Amino acid sequence: MNFIRPMVILFGLIAVWQTIVMVSGVPAYILPGPVKVAEAALSHAGPLLDNAEITVLEIIAGLLIGTLWGAFNALSMIAFRTLKRWLLPVLVISQAIPVFALAPLLVLWLGYGMSSKIAMAVLIIFFPVTAAFYDGLRSTEPEWLELAQVMNAKPMAVIRQIRIPAALPAFASGLRVATAVAPIGAVVGEWVGSSKGLGFYMLYTNARMQIDVMFAALAVLCIVALTLYFIVDRMMTKLVFWQKEENKEENKKEKNNR
Amino acid sequence: MHNDFKTDDQPGSPSTAPSITLEQVTFAYPGALIFKSLNFTVTSGKWTCLIGPSGCGKSTLLRLISGTLHDGLSGVIRFDDGYDRQERTAWMAQKDLLLPWLNVVDNVCLGARLRHEMSDQKKKRAISLIEDAGLGDYAHALPSALSGGMRQRVALLRTLMEERSIILMDEPFSALDALTRLKLQDLAAKLVGGATVLMVTHDPLEALRLGHSVYVMTGRPARFSDPLIPPGTPPRKPGEPAVISMQAELIERLESREVP
Repeated sequence: MNFIRPMVILFGLIAVWQTIVMVSGVPAYILPGPVKVAEAALSHAGPLLDNAEITVLEIIAGLLIGTLWGAFNALSMIAFRTLKRWLLPVLVISQAIPVFALAPLLVLWLGYGMSSKIAMAVLIIFFPVTAAFYDGLRSTEPEWLELAQVMNAKPMAVIRQIRIPAALPAFASGLRVATAVAPIGAVVGEWVGSSKGLGFYMLYTNARMQIDVMFAALAVLCIVALTLYFIVDRMMTKLVFWQKEENKEENKKEKNNR
Repeated sequence: MHNDFKTDDQPGSPSTAPSITLEQVTFAYPGALIFKSLNFTVTSGKWTCLIGPSGCGKSTLLRLISGTLHDGLSGVIRFDDGYDRQERTAWMAQKDLLLPWLNVVDNVCLGARLRHEMSDQKKKRAISLIEDAGLGDYAHALPSALSGGMRQRVALLRTLMEERSIILMDEPFSALDALTRLKLQDLAAKLVGGATVLMVTHDPLEALRLGHSVYVMTGRPARFSDPLIPPGTPPRKPGEPAVISMQAELIERLESREVP
């Protein structure tokens, strides 16, 4: 049941694509049809997979480092109030500079290899994680904190056992957003300067007028992004296991009310 | 029944619960004077119930006694055994405040967990409390699997698990349906033992069932009525003639004290 809807959407989109190609008569070097792209994907499977591997590694490394850094920022702003006053403006300024504008600099500083792409991904990822997690940590139910105070709770125990778990749903939605935008960082980095990766391969095939292969690379990137998103989504659902139970209860109530 | 307060050999825990004395207590929120030179005593080892309209400062009084609210307080609040007010009170609110990610046992042990005092002994005691309260099958369930009445029962156990000599209750049963409320009142009266209890409520019947003395609190700054002392020992049956006749009197008092 859960599988049918996305499949219908996918095939619907492909059908729309094929119809546009057939009706408009656009030449294949502008917009190749899905069949042509599938053929290109099969004939270029080797280089596609090799380049995809690089991009996937960049995205995963970016996600790991970006998430850790984001979570660390949020936690330290909660634990040390003075730090918050200094760190928060810096974080906001860091987001005011478009990452795209930073890409050439990062390539200049960190080189053509993977590290400049990982840095790009980290820069894109950490902010939604920091913002969401910090917001979650800040908005703990005040009555829980009051109860903890009457219980003479240790301050670190309150952070560890109440504030962090209470903020995990917010953290999870931040991480979902971060996962969705993570490929941008890696691909933009590859466009600016690299010799490997799906972003690089798209530029490469574009320059050689292999538009169908370029579309195949785009499709692979799409699949990579979607797979990552679903994996992270699953992990987050496990992490906030109690929310699933609560949702179930709500659904039950809704059904009963009908 | 009321003098066998369980100390469980906890060091520093008093064998008899202290009374609470308020002397010349004045407290104001910005723009609202809640208490002015208030004098009041909560009898040791008994249930004292406060009843009054919303916003008259009942919850504020509990917060001042627990120490979670102290800015702007003048006057003296003391426990008559002379010990510091820290680590002496347990709190039960209208909301169950169960942590949704902890199962029932861990929620009952929350205080010990937050003080890093968790031990096997504590866990065993929690489990036996949970079984006594008829929740044995749910000891390892998450709060979301429990009904409202069961959740509030867990909240009551968490309060008792603190083994504090003073228990402050802020409308603890008001969100429950009538029958569940009666059952929980009985359970609370049975399990609380000899602790000093100060309970705020909206419900005249609840006050008369559980209170050794019942005060009506009204006005701004708040004033207390003379206590109503219902006959017999709590928990009284809802149908007891004394409870019924006093309920009428209590409602009358509440109405007569309402600001016109």
